[in-house]
Amino acid sequence: MAIDTDTARKVAKLARIRVEEGDLPALAGALSGILGFMEQLNEVDVTGVEPMTSVTPMRLKRRADVVTDGDMQAAILKNAPDAREGFFAVPKVVE
Amino acid sequence: MTANALTIATARDALRKGEMSAVDLTMSCLTAIDAGDALNAFVHKTPEIALDQARAADARLARGDAPAMCGIPLGIKDLFCTKGVPSQAGSRILQGFKPEYESTVTTRLFDAGAVMLGKLNMDEFAMGSSNETSVYGNAVNPWKVDARHLTPGGSSGGSAAAVAADLCLAATGTDTGGSIRQPAAFTGIVGIKPTYGRVSRWGIVAFASSLDQAGPMTKTVRDAAIMLGAMAGHDAKDSTSADIPVPDFEAALTGDIRGKVIGIPKEYRMDGMPAEIEALWAQGVAMMKDAGAIIRDISLPHTKYALPAYYVVAPAEASSNLARYDGVRYGHRAKLAQGDGITEMYEKTRAEGFGAEVQRRVMIGTYVLSAGFYDAYYNRARRVRALIKRDFETVFADGVDAILTPATPSAAFGLGEMKDADPIKMYLNDVFTVTVNLAGLPGIAVPVGLDATGLPLGLQLIGRPWEEAALLNHAYVLERAAGFVAKPKKWW
Repeated sequence: MAIDTDTARKVAKLARIRVEEGDLPALAGALSGILGFMEQLNEVDVTGVEPMTSVTPMRLKRRADVVTDGDMQAAILKNAPDAREGFFAVPKVVE
Repeated sequence: MTANALTIATARDALRKGEMSAVDLTMSCLTAIDAGDALNAFVHKTPEIALDQARAADARLARGDAPAMCGIPLGIKDLFCTKGVPSQAGSRILQGFKPEYESTVTTRLFDAGAVMLGKLNMDEFAMGSSNETSVYGNAVNPWKVDARHLTPGGSSGGSAAAVAADLCLAATGTDTGGSIRQPAAFTGIVGIKPTYGRVSRWGIVAFASSLDQAGPMTKTVRDAAIMLGAMAGHDAKDSTSADIPVPDFEAALTGDIRGKVIGIPKEYRMDGMPAEIEALWAQGVAMMKDAGAIIRDISLPHTKYALPAYYVVAPAEASSNLARYDGVRYGHRAKLAQGDGITEMYEKTRAEGFGAEVQRRVMIGTYVLSAGFYDAYYNRARRVRALIKRDFETVFADGVDAILTPATPSAAFGLGEMKDADPIKMYLNDVFTVTVNLAGLPGIAVPVGLDATGLPLGLQLIGRPWEEAALLNHAYVLERAAGFVAKPKKWW
């Protein structure tokens, strides 16, 4: 399926990646090419085949529902581009 | 020969006998690294950490308490989080990020006494087959046969270049679609991707979580066995890590594969496959046969659909995993204009922080997961993935012990040569390796010969799940029969 510039704009928005208006046609072309390559998958008969969810057959382990770590505020904030008073700081979210 | 050119096995024995110190061995590598800047393999050097670890290893060796990896100098792919040391996954978006924690793999290696020389170049977020998408610039293949600089492959290109050029004894790599095996084949070294779940993924920057696996990149099969033993094992911090015993991989290298059944899949004989690759494959078949193995033609009927399925599943998982890079908790944040809100911050940060290939894959992943397309693309790809896995299960159930295929469709190509090519042309590099990730199997690339221009070519062996020990033994037989000893001529 070919992707037009409107769809490319929408995908970029969903992915939270700014794409300049002038770059949208090239992006749409690139995405269309890749999706065209995937169209081959339509040749495969997948009737009755469940989508694969687990790479190796295993049951996820359970553990006791207890606190195992925490109390590391400084370490967690250490790499933040902007941290103030023990919080991550971001531009205003609510008017 | 200087110490940096040693194998892990030889260095281990020399260290234990006291013929050499870990500090001297580390110094030899540090010198080679400083002389190897033209390869752009090491992108963050950590000589102080290396020498501290080497001194500690010497003390341990002196006490007689030295595991196999004790005092062995390694390069670590930039994808592994290493405490206090830049870990950027080759991306601008993680510029300045110094983890407050250590990945399970590096923790295990360091507990075993290994020495970290520094961090290695790679394709951004491990997305690439030529190491050309890295924020650090291209890593360069030490193999050179004309005026061109060649790619070391990708995404573990820095790891491959560093091992092949003897800047370190071995390196860690990761493999989502071929990122250990393709660069190993391009540089004439050994690289194994273990069974999914054999090695903990905790602390490794995630690309596609159902496909990613870490493994060793080494000069010999024996070294791969030794190093994999130190990397593998259950980890409660990775819920997909398998709680099963890790065998002694090195002890499995008996060289005896008499009566083992080697499958040759007809679907891997691709249209337009270079005659040299076909000839190499035939040589490999003859070597296994000479060693007493039974050669059997097999069919893996869904092979053709592995690449398109992979390029749905991997970007889908990547778009989800990479959502965390938003300029809030770590790494790069874009400078904002007056009045910009949080959405502008996300969008500008990600546009500046991600390179073109990563952006493309995140957007493809976003598209195939979006409402209305989820079933048509993502669920269909996961169904095809189940069929690809079933193909392998069928041949293994029929008694096949290992499968022999080419590792790559060509020898290393020139850096920049694919610049204007369709992205899909680059994706074709993974055509022989990607099936193994989709099925979660172990696969190993072994150098087998040189092409007409003198560049290394490798073959791949694929094993049964959890049977890395047997797989390594098959690879050991292939390695010994091929007798590959060529080294790149030093030009850097």
